[in-house]
Amino acid sequence: MEKTINNKAWFLVLPVFLLVAFSAIIPLMTVVNYSLQDTFGNNQFFWNGVGWFKELLDPSTDLGGRFLASLWRNLIFSAVILAIEVPLGIVVALSMPRSGWTVALCLVVLALPLLIPWNVVGTIWQIFGRPDIGLLGYVLNRIGIDYNYVSNEFDAWMTVIVMDVWHWTSLVALLCYAGLKSIPDAYYQAAQIDGASRWAVFTAIQLPKMHRVLLIAVLLRFMDSFMIYTEPFVVTGGGPGNSTTFISIELVKIALGQFDLGKAAALSLVYNLIILIVCWVFYTIMTNAGAERRPAKK
Amino acid sequence: MARIDLVDLAHSYGGNGTDVESYALKPVTMTWRQGGAYALLGPSGCGKTTLLNLISGILTPSRGKILFDGQDITHLTTQKRNIAQVFQFPVIYDTMTVGQNLAFPLKNRGVPRSEIDKRVAEIARLLDLTQDLDRKATRLTADAKQKISLGRGLVRSDVAAVLFDEPLTVIDPELKWQLRSKLKALHRELDLTMIYVTHDQTEALTFADTVVVMHDGRVVQSGAPADLFEKPAHTFVGYFIGSPGMNIMAAEVRGREARIDGHTLSLSRSYDALPSGARIEIGVRPEFVDVAEPGPGLLAANVERIDDLGRIRFARVRVGDVKFAARVPAGFAPSGSSVGLKFDPSHVHVYADSHLVEGAA
Repeated sequence: MEKTINNKAWFLVLPVFLLVAFSAIIPLMTVVNYSLQDTFGNNQFFWNGVGWFKELLDPSTDLGGRFLASLWRNLIFSAVILAIEVPLGIVVALSMPRSGWTVALCLVVLALPLLIPWNVVGTIWQIFGRPDIGLLGYVLNRIGIDYNYVSNEFDAWMTVIVMDVWHWTSLVALLCYAGLKSIPDAYYQAAQIDGASRWAVFTAIQLPKMHRVLLIAVLLRFMDSFMIYTEPFVVTGGGPGNSTTFISIELVKIALGQFDLGKAAALSLVYNLIILIVCWVFYTIMTNAGAERRPAKK
Repeated sequence: MARIDLVDLAHSYGGNGTDVESYALKPVTMTWRQGGAYALLGPSGCGKTTLLNLISGILTPSRGKILFDGQDITHLTTQKRNIAQVFQFPVIYDTMTVGQNLAFPLKNRGVPRSEIDKRVAEIARLLDLTQDLDRKATRLTADAKQKISLGRGLVRSDVAAVLFDEPLTVIDPELKWQLRSKLKALHRELDLTMIYVTHDQTEALTFADTVVVMHDGRVVQSGAPADLFEKPAHTFVGYFIGSPGMNIMAAEVRGREARIDGHTLSLSRSYDALPSGARIEIGVRPEFVDVAEPGPGLLAANVERIDDLGRIRFARVRVGDVKFAARVPAGFAPSGSSVGLKFDPSHVHVYADSHLVEGAA
């Protein structure tokens, strides 16, 4: 059979191509362009080759050191977030009612934090945690716990983590709940007949059936927490010192604070690459794990 | 292994306060013999699955008692009752191999490892699953998955009964037949009480030595397949079992005679004490009515069509306004649309308000 060749068909692709070009390709190429040059005022550009990338990956330089430190903060933050939110989300989903009017109530209450804009969440917690007027900060200090997120690194981390858990555990819980609801009753009845304990029902039925939604939950939560910017920026501004300065905050400092567009562009490309790679690794591990045994995550 | 007694057992999904007539299962008292092969037969929505779930404890009855070997287990949980149940659609534990799936009911009950291995190997052999024991259960076909579900039902040797809830729905016809024979063989080999729910009469009649027919939440008859065929206790049984079903028609019955449509039919038994005011009908299976040339003493009928089933032909006829099916004797071809019907009096039964009336000899 002969293949029909009609070059006019390309015109049909043109609108999409233009749209993608303006929304993704041109900005991305601009970033690539910046990353290879050094910029000065008055739009003066000087070719720098892969110089920024070399500097970025060499921890002995200022840029490399800041990148490595913030990368570690990001990784630790994401790991802690996933380790808390995924199990907690599962527990919340398991303890939700399966029928009746309380279902709607639970869903609305769970969805509330998800509906609040990020900088509002940041502001809420910034005020909530203040030792002088914030409910949380004031109460903690009154009962004898010396809590101050502005001056204490540990307190700052705790605040950012608890805030993220408060904001996003609902997402994991809602996804898990949807996964649980899709399990037919016959599975629970069969497990009763087979004499399965509550724990056996969880490991043999519920967890495997939630596997797909858990994969989505882990990916979403990883990407979001790895890219986190607004909430810690509003609450701690990256401090005290640099203790809560994540890559995104570092990036904004370099790009808009110092106006080093070349360094910032190189950093953002590497940042992007890391997220893609980690997500791919997660995805591969969890799809394979699903085939072999129950998903190991965290 | 145990005898199961149901005492005045009834269930309503709407709670206890509602009218008995609206119950999903109306009060029933009956005994399931130890080691019996039972089929629970009835149309969809007649309460068979409700009855099964009551026995297994998935449902708690609105009233009445269930006894296993005389012991009241009505309020025991499913886990504590010694019962196995296989559901309509396969239930597979995704993360386990076929072998682990089969071992699951035993493992949960703390059976020793060596004993588990022995039972699993035996059940796998009986169900032809031996070569799949180490494979992931999720990778198998629907047929094989349902075999695993069956296997999990059969793997415990100490159960009071194994309940099957239309287990062969998802299986294709060829394998269905094989599995049914296999279940029958397993029943003989393992000496288990089996209760098999189905709406398919062939399935029920080939599997069971006792068929329990349910209709509208009530057990209407329980007996050997031959009893159901020859002496249906309820017009529903006559009509539901057999293909085509029993002919039922309104009649006036007095002594040894029944009058239908101006025609008098002689009966082999005498019915003198029929309840007054009851709706009286006679029922006769098409197999016991022959089509003949019209003549004196025969009930006149009009032939609508003749169904040739291969080894037997049935004429669909009309007597007045009533539809009737009758056997066409081999070699007989009606000359016109008018025929006469010849009844075998010993197979004509009398029903009062749908229930069989035993005549006097």
